[in-house]
Amino acid sequence: MGTTVVGRLAPPVRRRSRPWLALGLGLGALAVVVVLSIAVGASPTTPGQVWDALVAPTGAPSDVVVRELRLPRTLLGILVGAALGVAGVLMQGHTRNPLADPGLLGISGGAAFCVVLSTTVLGVTDVFGYVWFAFAGAALAALLVFTLGAASRGGPTPVTLALAGLAVSELLLALTSAMVLGEGPSLDAYRFWAAGALDDRGAALTLQVLPFVLLGLVLAIANVRALDVLALGEDSARGLGQDVTRARLVGLVAVTLLTGASVAVAGPIGFVGLVAPHVVRSLVGPAHGRLIPLAALVGAVLVLAADVVGRLVVRPAELAVGIVLGIVGAPFFVALIRRRMVKL
Amino acid sequence: MSAPVAGRRPLRAGPVSAVWRPRTAFVVLGGLALLVLVGAASVGRGEYPIALADVLRVLAGAGSRGETFVITQLRLPRVLCGVLVGAALGVAGAITQGVARNPLTSPDVLGVTDGAGVAALAVLVLAGTGGSAVGLLAAVGLPLAALVGGLLAAALVVGLAYRQGLDAFRFILVGLGISVALVSVTSWLLVLANVQQASLALIWLRGSLNARGWEHVVPVAVVLVIVLPIAIVLAFRLDALDLGDDAARGLGERVDRSRVQLLGLAVVLAASACAAAGPIRFVALVTPQVSLRLTGGSRPPLLASAVAGALLVVTGDLVARTVLGGEVPVGVVTVVLGAPYLLYLLVRRTRKDSA
Repeated sequence: MGTTVVGRLAPPVRRRSRPWLALGLGLGALAVVVVLSIAVGASPTTPGQVWDALVAPTGAPSDVVVRELRLPRTLLGILVGAALGVAGVLMQGHTRNPLADPGLLGISGGAAFCVVLSTTVLGVTDVFGYVWFAFAGAALAALLVFTLGAASRGGPTPVTLALAGLAVSELLLALTSAMVLGEGPSLDAYRFWAAGALDDRGAALTLQVLPFVLLGLVLAIANVRALDVLALGEDSARGLGQDVTRARLVGLVAVTLLTGASVAVAGPIGFVGLVAPHVVRSLVGPAHGRLIPLAALVGAVLVLAADVVGRLVVRPAELAVGIVLGIVGAPFFVALIRRRMVKL
Repeated sequence: MSAPVAGRRPLRAGPVSAVWRPRTAFVVLGGLALLVLVGAASVGRGEYPIALADVLRVLAGAGSRGETFVITQLRLPRVLCGVLVGAALGVAGAITQGVARNPLTSPDVLGVTDGAGVAALAVLVLAGTGGSAVGLLAAVGLPLAALVGGLLAAALVVGLAYRQGLDAFRFILVGLGISVALVSVTSWLLVLANVQQASLALIWLRGSLNARGWEHVVPVAVVLVIVLPIAIVLAFRLDALDLGDDAARGLGERVDRSRVQLLGLAVVLAASACAAAGPIRFVALVTPQVSLRLTGGSRPPLLASAVAGALLVVTGDLVARTVLGGEVPVGVVTVVLGAPYLLYLLVRRTRKDSA
C-alpha cells in the first residue's frame, strides 16, 4: 500500500486488486478476534474451560460467563461493526466524500438525541420502543446531510461536509445534554450509553435489532450498481439511465436502518464507518460490489478488536468500545488529512 | 501604510497610522450601550428581582445594604464573568479567522475547548475524591488545568496541521479529528466519575456561568487587559497577511512568525475564557462574522467582536436563566444559536462555489 500523493502528476498506479486475498485476510482476522473476544475478559478463563463451555456446558461459572456474557457480546460486536462499516461505504459513496462517516456527520448524533428524548421525556424503556426513535433521528440527520450534499453541483467538499456534521452533532449534543442535566437517573444511564459499549446487552437485544440490520444490508447490496454509476457524478448517472432519486432514497433508508439499529443497541460508536471503507478500498479498489461485503467484515473486525483491547487495557475495569475507537480512529483521520489522501 | 483611502484622512503618529472609521466606532459604542442595558437587566433578574433603576443606582454606589450585597457579591460577578468571557472569545475568534483568512475557523475547531474540557474533567474526577482539599482544588486547579489543557490541545492541532504553511481547511479537519479523540477521553472520564461528579462535569462541559464569583472574573480580566492591547497592535500585521503570503513576505513581513504569535494570543484568550466558564461554544465562531457584517471591512474587527461576544454571552445567560429556567447552561443557548448559523454559512458558500 504505497502512499499516493494526490496532486503530483504521475500516471495513475494500477494497483492489482486482490479481492480473494482480502476476503481471506478479513475472515482470518475475524476468526482471531472472535476467539479473543470469547476467551478474554475480566474473569480469567483457561482455553480448556472456554472449550468446555462451548461444547459441553455443565453450568459452571466459567460456562455462564462464556455463554451468557461473552458470546452474545461477540455476536453484537459483529452485528454493529458490520452495520457501521456498510453505512460508511454508503455515506462515502452517496456524498462522494472520503470523510463521510455516520458518527462524524451527525447521524449517530441524531439517533442518540431521539433515543434520549424517548427514554427521558417519553419514558420508553425497551429497545423495541426506542429503536424507532433512533431510526427517526438518524433519518432526519441523514436527510439534512444529503440535502446539503445536493445543494452544490459537484457535491460538498470534505470540509463543508465535515463542518456541517460538526454543526449538527454539536447542536444535537447540546440539546441531548440539556435533557439529561439535572435528572440524576437518566444522566447516569446516559453517560454509560453515550460512551458506546457492548457489555450487558444480552442475546435478546441482539436478536431484536438483527432484522433491521439485515434489511439494511440487503438494501445496501441492492444499492451497489447505483453507487458505482453515481461515482461518475449525478448528471452522468442520469445520462446512463440511473434513477438517481430512487437510488438516493434506498441509500438513505439503508443508512438509517444500519446506523439507527446500531446506535439503539450499542450507543454512538464513531470512526468504524470512516476507517473500514478506506481500508477495504486500498485493498480491492472502488467497486462497491466488493466494498460492501468486505467493509462489513472489516467493520466487524474493528469493533471486536477495539472491544477486546478495551477489556485488556484498564483491567479489571473496561474501556467502552466507542472510546477505544475514538482514541484510535482520530490518528487515522488525521493521517488521512496529512497524507493528502483527501483532496481539500 | 499605502495611499490613503479615498475620502478618508489617515491619522498618523510616528510610525503608526490608522483610519477613522465612523461605522466601526458606531457599532462598538452602540454595542457597549446595549451591553450595559442587558447587563443591568441581567443583574436585576433573579430570585430577588431588582428594578433596572435600582440596579443602576447601586452600581453608582447609592443603594440599600441588602441590594448592594446581592448585586456586588452574587449577581455582578456572574454578569461580569459573562462579559469578559464573551469578549475574550470574540477577540480569539476574530484573530483566528483573520489569521486563517477563513470564516469557518475558530478556537473551537482548534481543539482549545475540548482540550480544556478533558483537563478540567480529569481534575474534577481523578482528584475529586478527597475531602476538604476539593474546594481549593476546584477553585484553583480546575481553571488552571483547563488553561493548560486548552493550550496543549491547540499546540497539538497546530503542530499536526502545519505542513509547508497553514492551510485553513487542513487546520479545521485536523482539529476535528483531535477533538473527536478528546471527546472520547471525556466520555471515559464521565464513566469513571460518580453520579454527583458526572452531573457537575456535564454542566461544566456545556459552559455555564452558574455560581461564578470574583475569583473567576479576575483571571480573565487580567488576561484580557494584557493580551488585548498586544493583539490590537499585532493585528496590524494582518493587513499585510491579507494580501497573501507572497505579497506579505515581499513587504517584509515574517509571515509564519506573525501567524503563530497571533494564534498563540487567540489560544490564550480562548483557553482562559474556558477556564472561567467552561467551553461556551460557537461564540468565537459567530460573533466575528456578525460584527464583520455590521462594520464592513476586510476581516473581523477585534473590538467590535469583543463587544458582540460579550453581548451574546450575557444575553444568552439572561435567556437561559429567565425563559428556559435555571438549570440550562448558557452554552446550550449559544450552540442552539450558533450551529444553525454555521450551517447557513456553509450552505451560502456551497451555493457560491457551485454557481
